[in-house]
Amino acid sequence: MVCVYRSAPALALALGLAWTLGALPAGAGALNVQRDDLQRDVTFAHEPRRIITLLPSLTETVCALGACDRLVATDRYSEWPQQVRSLPKAGGLDDAEVELIVALKPDLVLVSRSQRITDRLGELGIASFALQTDRYADIAHTVTTIGAILGRSREAAELNASIAAGVNRIGAQALLRRRGEGPTVYFEVDRAPYAAGPGSFIGELLARLGARNIVGADLGAFPKLNPEYVVRYNPDVIFISAMDAPGLAARPGWDQIRAVKEQRLCSFAADVNDTIVRPGPRVADGMRAIDDCLARVAP
Amino acid sequence: MSAPPALVGLGLPDLESRVSSRMLLWLAACLAITMLLTGASLIVGTSSIETSLGWLLAPDTQSSVILWQIRLPRTIGAWFAGALLGLAGAIAQGVFRNRLADPYLLGTASGAALGVTISLLAADASIAGLEWAGKIGITGAACIGACAAIALTIMLSRGVLQTASLLLAGIVVAFLLSAVTSLLLLTKPEIWRTMQGFLLGSTGYLSWSSASLLGIVFSICIVPAALLARGLDALSLGEDTAQSLGLPLPMLRLALLGVLSLATAAAVGQVGIVGFVGLVAPHLVRETVSVNHRQLLIGAPLCGGALLQAADLVSRWIIRPAELPVGAVTACVGGAYLVFLLWRRSRDE
Repeated sequence: MVCVYRSAPALALALGLAWTLGALPAGAGALNVQRDDLQRDVTFAHEPRRIITLLPSLTETVCALGACDRLVATDRYSEWPQQVRSLPKAGGLDDAEVELIVALKPDLVLVSRSQRITDRLGELGIASFALQTDRYADIAHTVTTIGAILGRSREAAELNASIAAGVNRIGAQALLRRRGEGPTVYFEVDRAPYAAGPGSFIGELLARLGARNIVGADLGAFPKLNPEYVVRYNPDVIFISAMDAPGLAARPGWDQIRAVKEQRLCSFAADVNDTIVRPGPRVADGMRAIDDCLARVAP
Repeated sequence: MSAPPALVGLGLPDLESRVSSRMLLWLAACLAITMLLTGASLIVGTSSIETSLGWLLAPDTQSSVILWQIRLPRTIGAWFAGALLGLAGAIAQGVFRNRLADPYLLGTASGAALGVTISLLAADASIAGLEWAGKIGITGAACIGACAAIALTIMLSRGVLQTASLLLAGIVVAFLLSAVTSLLLLTKPEIWRTMQGFLLGSTGYLSWSSASLLGIVFSICIVPAALLARGLDALSLGEDTAQSLGLPLPMLRLALLGVLSLATAAAVGQVGIVGFVGLVAPHLVRETVSVNHRQLLIGAPLCGGALLQAADLVSRWIIRPAELPVGAVTACVGGAYLVFLLWRRSRDE
């Protein structure tokens, strides 16, 4: 069983009781205690075998650690790797299907920090573990923690090394290929327009590829810009959704932007886009997709 | 003792002329404020005021684009959208004889939101859907959705004669379409941010073509509205009285609701759902000058236009070069104004 304890005395008392009642298997060894991103110490008496993930990047991490067979359900947006598509879907980020989760009798539900579901699951006696993965640095932390929970610390270390090697290699190749300053870029995450700033995960990938974001770090991770800002800073390359790309020149003044005039635009298919916007084990794939487009269209 | 505005509208020459001179002064003030805001809009944007003034004095290619193709059509478009909402608000309050009525009472906002959601989902679903959505655009989808919602409301209330059933049908349609929108959004959360942009209103992409379209719709709406103003004056005395005066009530209501629908759908299509302008603009007119409906139908658009222009300026100034959703600004200002009105009324009582 996985148990959640919020204080040291309660932990000691519960352990004593469990030992007395013979709940712990003989020779279970040291208990695995991990602190989640809600600052809760979660104790794992044994490796979880029935896991539900409620965030695509967590699903991907569990599978990248070779534990896909332990998943009994995922959130409805998890579509990678292929084998998770056939699993039951337990709702979305803010509308998780509690009844289905209870019925599947998971011994661990992996969630993100912002989910309201954590408290509800606690009331129902279902263990949850919250992991927030917003930035590049969070990926390694998430992989290490899930690896420790699943008893796959060695695989986690290998995965982290492989992710870092991939990211560093693509970054180095991009910098080697380019002579002089990198292109100025505008990454539109929504037509409002919301941009990906340097403080966002996407912004970090762009910076590692030597691209210069026209959005300043002081504006935050995803600022809603005045559209004239993009005209004023005249980016060399624009990243935009396939749906919005055809209408760019119709936006007032945008036909004067270099990237629009010279059609230096990058759009990605939905499955590729997932690797760019989800900080997870496929980060190098996302970075390569961005780099391939920059190599193709940047001046 | 002064006659109520409705009676003034029905023809008391001495009172009407007295009101007219005050009204003229009010109109002049309103136009002056609009001119001032239009001028200010040229120097408020992502750049500092000093830089913008420099651009005005010595423009280069890029600054010309920013000044004349972005800032000016944006403020003019915002004025027309605000004017249409002000006009629609005044008509709604007159037709429903309720000063809390607003242009979205017939379910237009929910219909427009559903239209936009469907177009975004279609664009995401297939190449054909993307082409279809690209052709009609967010603007067209919002406009179609708004018109469909109005048609549904009128169908549900079996015509436009019964105020109570129209209101009820409008509320039902608004809730129903909002629920459908929410359900659709659940299937594709990636479009939520786009929807949020639409629901909170945006003047960011108003171009000369959208400003021209809004201007044309405003011209089409203001003429019949002004012609039907006497009918609204009569209606304010009660439906029975209006009928006893020989007014063709069904035709009058249908024509007024037609104008209201056209004005609201056009505004929502271009700037999204901007709340409070349609509600507050007629109140602002009534609070500052005594008017009959003809004067109200001219004053409310002027007031609504200036309001949305001001909100647009605030939205692009406060956190520049980022900007606030214009609907959030109008909601804050409009909400605060309504609270002030309530407070003053309770104090006077």
